[in-house]
Amino acid sequence: MNWVNAVIQGMLLGGQYALIACGLSLTFGVMRIVNLAHGDLAVCGAYLGLVLSSGLGVPVWVTLPLLLPAAFVVGMGLQVLLFGRALRHGVLAPVLVTFGLSIMIENLLQVAATSDPRGLNGGALTLASFHVSSGITVSWLFLTGFLTACAVLSGLQLLLTHTSWGRKVRATADDLDTARLVGIRVRPVFATVAGIAIATAALAGVFIGTIGTFDPLTGTDTLIFAFEAVVIGGIGSLWGTLAGGVGLGITQVVVGEVNQAYAVLAVNLLFLAVLTVRPGGLFASHQPAGEVLG
Amino acid sequence: MSRGARLKRDTAIGARDAEPSVTPVTVSRWSVTASAFTGLCLAAVVVLAAIPFVIGGPAEQPLITLLTFIAMASLWNLLAGFSGLTSFGQQAYIGIGAYGLYLVAEHGINPFGGIVLAAITAAVVALPVSALVLRLSGGYFAVATLVVAATLQIVASLSESVGGTTGVSVPGLAGYGDVLREALTYWATLVVAVASVAGVYLLVRRTFGLDARAVSSDPVAAASSGVRVRRIRLLAYLVAAGGAGAVGALIALQTLYVEPTSVFNIQYSVYMLFMVLIGGMGTIEGPIIGALVLFALQETLSAYGAWYLVIVGGLAVVVTLLASRGLWGFISERFGWSLLPVGYRVRQPPSAKR
Amino acid sequence: MAGTLLEVAGLDVFYGDFQALFGVSMSVRSGCATALVGANGAGKTTLLRTIAGAQPPASGSVRYDGSDITAAPPHRRVSRGIALVPEGRKLFASLTVEENIQVGAAAAASDAWPLERIYGAFPLIAKRRKQRASTLSGGEQQAVAIARALAAAPTLLLLDEISLGLAPLVVEGLYETLAGLRSAGATLVIVEQDLRRAMDACDDLVCLLEGRVALAAPVAGVSRDQVVAAYFGEVRS
Repeated sequence: MNWVNAVIQGMLLGGQYALIACGLSLTFGVMRIVNLAHGDLAVCGAYLGLVLSSGLGVPVWVTLPLLLPAAFVVGMGLQVLLFGRALRHGVLAPVLVTFGLSIMIENLLQVAATSDPRGLNGGALTLASFHVSSGITVSWLFLTGFLTACAVLSGLQLLLTHTSWGRKVRATADDLDTARLVGIRVRPVFATVAGIAIATAALAGVFIGTIGTFDPLTGTDTLIFAFEAVVIGGIGSLWGTLAGGVGLGITQVVVGEVNQAYAVLAVNLLFLAVLTVRPGGLFASHQPAGEVLG
Repeated sequence: MSRGARLKRDTAIGARDAEPSVTPVTVSRWSVTASAFTGLCLAAVVVLAAIPFVIGGPAEQPLITLLTFIAMASLWNLLAGFSGLTSFGQQAYIGIGAYGLYLVAEHGINPFGGIVLAAITAAVVALPVSALVLRLSGGYFAVATLVVAATLQIVASLSESVGGTTGVSVPGLAGYGDVLREALTYWATLVVAVASVAGVYLLVRRTFGLDARAVSSDPVAAASSGVRVRRIRLLAYLVAAGGAGAVGALIALQTLYVEPTSVFNIQYSVYMLFMVLIGGMGTIEGPIIGALVLFALQETLSAYGAWYLVIVGGLAVVVTLLASRGLWGFISERFGWSLLPVGYRVRQPPSAKR
Repeated sequence: MAGTLLEVAGLDVFYGDFQALFGVSMSVRSGCATALVGANGAGKTTLLRTIAGAQPPASGSVRYDGSDITAAPPHRRVSRGIALVPEGRKLFASLTVEENIQVGAAAAASDAWPLERIYGAFPLIAKRRKQRASTLSGGEQQAVAIARALAAAPTLLLLDEISLGLAPLVVEGLYETLAGLRSAGATLVIVEQDLRRAMDACDDLVCLLEGRVALAAPVAGVSRDQVVAAYFGEVRS
């Protein structure tokens, strides 16, 4: 078997995981909410892409200029209507609300779209690949996915470090109470962050749907992968999330080469191992001494 | 910090003369209503135990479902309502309990005795798992428990010795006639349900007292006041795991077939969440009410397939945002009832004015 | 005669079931410095936070510059000219010095205090502008906290225990800056544990005791002994 090829494929797949994970990382870092419906919202993005692309008769990429802003608005709406209110009801409420939301979404999708697996029309991109050398084939789709993830992460990082909005977001993430005191309007900050998180989730969903198939229950697995990527890479670090995602992807593909059935198990075990040994994440500057407050 | 400062029944405090502004109050942990209700509960258990003799089969089935719900809800409430641990991975222990029962039966041990073994196995597995997941809290804890359950499901489906993805049927029950088997299963379920509710109640009242609620609402403050946060969470987690194991064994006895996707199904967590939220987190009465509500919903709505779960999820969201104390919380606040009190009531003498 | 810039009347503030302030009333004269003193737990921080809008009162009112701002959210108060330097500095740890100051201008009342002017008032932190706030010394952090509040171009500056944990020399420097602000026309409310410093630096004095006003008078009109008596509750009203 070709290890080098497997590692490269895994790395590229990891970009996908990073893309789905960065929204989760953002909502947690800024709002202290672990959005248990994050994976399902990504799958909604895939379904929306399906509806738009088959309705308009175009590859799903063409629908992105419609899809992403719609996802952004949905994210803002969810924050204002649900998450923001949940935050006022105590620490457990966001967990319960997002889980309830997840159940609703999965079953609504079940009703609307049945449990048949679907795939997205990726156009010419899905089929094309190129040879780097003998034994190493890279599909354009995987590569695009990886590069998109890097672009999104870089873009987010730039926004956070170089804009006034970014400063407000980081300040709010550091200390919500003081952020309010110095005059930052926290509600719009939360709303825009949530919008971005759901938009990135939808984008990731489109890639998931193009690379593989999806059905109403795919969201839970997606959430698990996203969460694992965030924890492995280190809570609060966008680039750590990329590293975490890549770690997951490589593990999955390499183990999958040996025995496909063990691939997902290996990934979960990696996550549990990191949680045991370095609960702050592999790339955190320090490890938490006591409990990691979630 | 001494834990010996336990208030006995109806202790009068504050009767000092020097500070005229302090009115003497009575602190009590029990009440007449509670005594009456406990008596009622005992009578109900006797009645329920008699059902197989009196009515038989048709009443047993739905009651088994209801009693299983009550057990699951009480145990999840111990975790989330009293200890602040929102686990969405209890199905891991239900699955272990189910497979545990299969293995016990495989080895020729009486399946009904096997329920206890299954519960113990689940608690034993929970020990190392707790070392991992109890470092987390809130949403991170929730997803970590999900991962553990998903991992166990994969392990089960890869293990050919327990049937892999197809699953296995539970042996050792052919000797019992159908009627007897059902009756025994029913009684076993009754025992587990009563044990769960009573166990959680006694645990919270005796061992945890206010500690668990303190841990649930503010672990840092609780820890700084001397509450052994870790110990409480660990105890809650192990007890809940053992209980879930027993439930899993019961499910295996009921369906006579154990298969990964059904016994490790996240559905169980959905139900537990719903029942406890609707009924009222952090109360003993709440989960029972929640179980009744879920049972009623299931009877009426399960024909609608996925819509049923949409409603369940939607209600969970609505209740969290609008009625976070649940049905029982609302009732007990409105009417001041407390049928199974776990806390301390401060009563001012009628003459005192604020 | 200075007019009244800030007037709070009958404030009752609760944290859950715990009442922190009982019918607190006080006025702050425009262009003057008011010292707010009292033992730990007397309610000084609560009062400042209520004025800044972080703590909604159960009853009572806050009037600023002639209008009732009791229901106004914090950002609206900042843009009207109230800025708080919180107890414990509360800098944004992952932001640099400069970013902390820039964020303070999020709802600025005007651009009377651009970065250059702020660095002019605090030359020592200008050197550290690109450093993360968490890497600075206590005194530097306190300076950044004040600078952050200044960036909002406030007319009323609230300062909560700025001398906590700092060397006397450093505190001297900070108070010199405050004196400068006062002569430039700013109105200050200063919570200070050190009575001597508070009475030296301020025109008026309010003493809180267990959530109630025990003494409110111009500094010139009270002796230190009277303040100490009010501070420790030796005089019951």
